[in-house]
Amino acid sequence: MYQYTPFDQRMLDERVEEFRDQIARWQRSELTDDELRPLRLRNGLYIQRHAPMLRIAIPYGLLSARQMRMLAHIARTWDRGYGHFTTRQNIQLNWPRVEDAPDILEALASVQMHAIQTSGNSVRNITTDPLAGVAADEQVDPRPYCELLRQWSSFHPEFSYLPRKFKIALNGAQGVDRAATAMHDIGLYLRRDEAGQVVVDVLAGGGMGRTPVVGTVIRKDLPWRHMLSYCEAILRVYNRYGRRDNIWKARIKILLRALGAEAFAREVDEEFAYLESGPATATDAELTRIAEGFAPPPYEVLAREAAPLTEALATQPGFARWHQRNVLVHRVAGYAAVTLSLKRSSVAPGDLSAELMDAVAALADRYSFGELRVTHEQNLVLADVAQHDLPQLWTQLRQLGLASPNIGLLTDIVCCPGGDFCSLANAKSLPIAQSIQDRFDDVDYVHDLGDLTLNISGCINSCGHHHVGNIGILGVDKQGAEFYQITLGGDVGPDPARTHVGNVIGPSFSAEQVPGVIGSILDTYVANRSDGERFIHTLTPLGIAPFKSAAYADGGAGTGAAEALEHV
Amino acid sequence: MSEAGTARCVIRIVDGVPQVVEDRWTLVEDGPSWDGSTYRLLPLRTALERSQDLGAVAPVGLWLAPNDEPGEAIGLFDSIALIGVRFPKFTDGRGYSTAALLRSRYGWRGELRALDDVLQDQLFFMRRVGFDSFALRPDRDPQQSLKAFTTFSDSYQGSIIPDLPRFRRAGV
Repeated sequence: MYQYTPFDQRMLDERVEEFRDQIARWQRSELTDDELRPLRLRNGLYIQRHAPMLRIAIPYGLLSARQMRMLAHIARTWDRGYGHFTTRQNIQLNWPRVEDAPDILEALASVQMHAIQTSGNSVRNITTDPLAGVAADEQVDPRPYCELLRQWSSFHPEFSYLPRKFKIALNGAQGVDRAATAMHDIGLYLRRDEAGQVVVDVLAGGGMGRTPVVGTVIRKDLPWRHMLSYCEAILRVYNRYGRRDNIWKARIKILLRALGAEAFAREVDEEFAYLESGPATATDAELTRIAEGFAPPPYEVLAREAAPLTEALATQPGFARWHQRNVLVHRVAGYAAVTLSLKRSSVAPGDLSAELMDAVAALADRYSFGELRVTHEQNLVLADVAQHDLPQLWTQLRQLGLASPNIGLLTDIVCCPGGDFCSLANAKSLPIAQSIQDRFDDVDYVHDLGDLTLNISGCINSCGHHHVGNIGILGVDKQGAEFYQITLGGDVGPDPARTHVGNVIGPSFSAEQVPGVIGSILDTYVANRSDGERFIHTLTPLGIAPFKSAAYADGGAGTGAAEALEHV
Repeated sequence: MSEAGTARCVIRIVDGVPQVVEDRWTLVEDGPSWDGSTYRLLPLRTALERSQDLGAVAPVGLWLAPNDEPGEAIGLFDSIALIGVRFPKFTDGRGYSTAALLRSRYGWRGELRALDDVLQDQLFFMRRVGFDSFALRPDRDPQQSLKAFTTFSDSYQGSIIPDLPRFRRAGV
């Protein structure tokens, strides 16, 4: 992965010193709470329900084993021994002390990590495909472009006090999108044109939150060299004209809607006309320099079929099931990418203890060239595992409890920390995830249901991305009591046209009702599906009506697993 | 800013070095008409209406609100000495784009001053987008804030200072 130059390291060290001074001045009452707030947020530090929360950036989801060990060390030293991986490929610590934050940031800086712009009204951590560089369906490796953008957006003097947060995602795969690119303020689709040159289709105005919007492509075929200047044009239009009077209407999606996509694109193009081919135009030399950091690891020449793998698949059904769900095709013969499921019963989705962080770092060193990826679905990936190592790796992952064979299935729940931790939340989300995990603990049933996404957010900020879950659950507050609104039909497709926001099925449910309601919805799917048809493909033509009827029949006390099994 | 006629201190970049200097400029709010005296910053609207009078008085300047279009001031550049950009709240970042546009697209070479909710922790970025004077909020000590200008020793992206991104600069 990209290694910091002395320049990068100096910028980072200076940032730590700046923040240390800001905290010290706040402690001496030279900065008020209100004055500190945007400064600490842009260093990842929230003041939360029980304690502050520190959100640490994992740029484009890439972590070295050494960095993972540092996260473990930090979790043990300054927190309660665990961390929470988020839907934006970051990690959050839930119990640090404000006074310790500068020391934590200094420790992170020692392994080229930081919490820069993980919150606040600035350009946030850039996200992308966790299988970047190894996916067989990839056309352009997005990581060098992510790093170009990371550097460009870090401490940007003009765009550090935007109307609202600003999220950029990149996708370089074809026919699939593992980064929910269309749901970002800017989405960059990288591909090669007929001449083999990398071009970018630029999407703007996507976002979750109170007004979920699938973004609109406003520029096609932009030569990659202009990517930074074009983003600059978008951000300048947004910074100047985005609303600042109402926090719920301040995202770029609202500006884009108010102007209309065409008029917005015209504004951006007018701005871009001044910037095009200017100083921000990226150079081949710079891209080449950065791309060297993402050169392929020293792969061995391996047979396409590994004997130990073939044998384990034939003789061990548990392994075969795990292989089917958690092992992904690799572009290099004899290798595979392995997803480590952080979705297991009795542990909050995305949580990992310091001990397991160390264990996972050791596995990365042993099996995957010392690197890890964090996925948008809150799991981890070992991206470069030799296929002949898979049976052994599986055994070790099982011992660690990280081999749940549930990737892409009902129990691979995506969930924010919710009301247990987050002061923004209206309702708890983790106990809902737990109750669903508990109710649907029959592995055969869950596998029979097949690919299905279930996302839970504790409030409309939508950190759990419930809008794009096939089944979405949103915590809402009704006169001080916690209720849960269900949406159906959300889906992240390969492009904006095939990306959909779910529809609310009706009045919300109590926490106790939720597992039963999910059961009724699943029963309806099983009763209506054709052979091998995914949940979303059964739902889309049917519409939500039959699912809604089932959900509200018997006060939402569907039978779920037991009855559904009879259909198998 | 302070009452008309009383001097106060601002930070000004002199030969590339930030210094605390006494200052005579005062701001004329919207509404009251300009009495023709010097060292006044006029609202853009007033400055445009009185453009024929501006040339006869020196020095005089104008201020821009966050939603003013800086391009509208171009015709007045020859008759003014200072442009102020107001920051009603330090979290309102529109003034950064206003400054960058004045310095780049519109070619303003005179003094460019950040006004109102101007605090230490924003000075580094303000300097980078082209401000060269800073009227700190009156409850803040400009002298103590000077260290903000050396927060970072360098920068990744180009803006006004420096204009080139790191990857285009010599020696990189």
